[in-house]
Amino acid sequence: MTEAVEVTRVVDRVHRESWSTVLASVVRLTRDLDLAEDCTQDAFVRALRTWPDGIPDNPAGWLTTVARRLALDRLRRETNLRRKLPLLVEEPGDAEQPTDPLRLVFTCCHPALARESQVALTLRLICGLTTREVAAVLLIAEATAAARITRAKKKIAAAGIPYRIPADHELPARMDVVLTVVHLVYTAGYVATGAELTRTDLTGRAIELARLLERLMPDEPEPQALLGLLLMTEARGDARVSTDGELVLLADQDRSRWNGKLLAEGVARATTALQRGHGRFALQAAVAGLHVTAPSWEQTDWRQVVRMYDAMMVSWPTPIVALNRVAARSLVPGADLEAVLAELDALDKEPALAAYAYLPATRADVLTRLDRRPEAAEAYEKAIELTANETERRFLTARLTSLR
Amino acid sequence: MAQYMFLLFDSEEWYDNLTRDEWQQAMKLHGEFAAAVEKAGARILGGEALERSSTASTVKNREGAEPLVTDGPFIETREALGGFYVIEARDLDQALELAKLCPSGNIEVRPVMPTSEDAAPPA
Repeated sequence: MTEAVEVTRVVDRVHRESWSTVLASVVRLTRDLDLAEDCTQDAFVRALRTWPDGIPDNPAGWLTTVARRLALDRLRRETNLRRKLPLLVEEPGDAEQPTDPLRLVFTCCHPALARESQVALTLRLICGLTTREVAAVLLIAEATAAARITRAKKKIAAAGIPYRIPADHELPARMDVVLTVVHLVYTAGYVATGAELTRTDLTGRAIELARLLERLMPDEPEPQALLGLLLMTEARGDARVSTDGELVLLADQDRSRWNGKLLAEGVARATTALQRGHGRFALQAAVAGLHVTAPSWEQTDWRQVVRMYDAMMVSWPTPIVALNRVAARSLVPGADLEAVLAELDALDKEPALAAYAYLPATRADVLTRLDRRPEAAEAYEKAIELTANETERRFLTARLTSLR
Repeated sequence: MAQYMFLLFDSEEWYDNLTRDEWQQAMKLHGEFAAAVEKAGARILGGEALERSSTASTVKNREGAEPLVTDGPFIETREALGGFYVIEARDLDQALELAKLCPSGNIEVRPVMPTSEDAAPPA
């Protein structure tokens, strides 16, 4: 007999690590997401019941076998009942194919699904969160999360969204959607709305997903770059909040508080990824790498940072990239602040940035340095109005007060 | 294989001002599209061009009242439904790839619902 606590611990771990592997193998068999999910869930329930008699050597393999057998039983029963030809797409022989989880990822992040559905489905099917957990993570009502997931699954089935890894010529665009979804999950956790500055449940899930993608697509530099980017961001997490819960900007962070192990892991990935390609995540990881390897904020190689953003503007010219580029430009030693301000003013007309607190916050900083205090105060007020994060708001308010 | 309806939405004004050459060019593009579908291993099961939306009539069948006939399309859009194809394709990915080759400004791709006995909900 194995202790119940030990069994629960192992089941929890396998759930976290192998949920998508087990589910994806069943999906390949049934092509029916609901059925596959039910049977995978059932297999985990059975594990809790039978593993006290002995935990199998290969827990994930055990779960896959059981879940597929349950699915086959159900399909056979339904087939007999309805006198239909078997629905089976393939013979049940090969239980494990290493590419299964990746196929499922590409199904969840199919471009024909709305971004919000892609995110909800990924959390549900790849991370194995319950609908209630998905709702909590995305800060939406449980009924909304349920409706989103149901609608997306229905579309996958009715519209014939395939369960496959895209062909080489489609891969860059399709992979970009997948990486964007993972990045979005991380960002949602990193700049959480409300009282807490970070939500480690979300950031942790996103990093696990990025690790999975790196493992599944070892030949591609972009998943590696994304993981590097997330690890470097994560490494700075503790130093981002002071002991009394205040936001500490990168400029003021105590760099000795950064997590050296995560940083080393992240920098190594960013370096390799940048040698292998110049995709948008490789360039973003390069920027993060320039930050974390600098001895201080002032000594950051801002010229090089601007160059990375220049490269990003070529392939990925979004208003946010443009804003980050101008912000970096303002920090190059001896920068022409008036010219920077003119560029910021031009961005002010971008509808995409209208609700983005970072634009007025950057403007406020440049105006302060130009000693145009009343205008700087006005910009801080606007930034305060726009931010949805309490800690960020306190930080901006402190800046505003110091002006007066 | 699955079936998809391609609904083609375009500016009618453009068609109103078409020269003979432009019309022939447009028809040629549809011919090329048909060839591309065949080359991809998919099939065109049907398709037509439609007269202007101003020629449409809409019948509204109402509960407990006479059916109401109105002049014009059911939904008035700036770019109007001007034609359709029914395509048999491997899956949505192939259907979307083919839609990218379809000579129209906006193509709504809708899966065709199977209506055979087998497809009925379980009793």
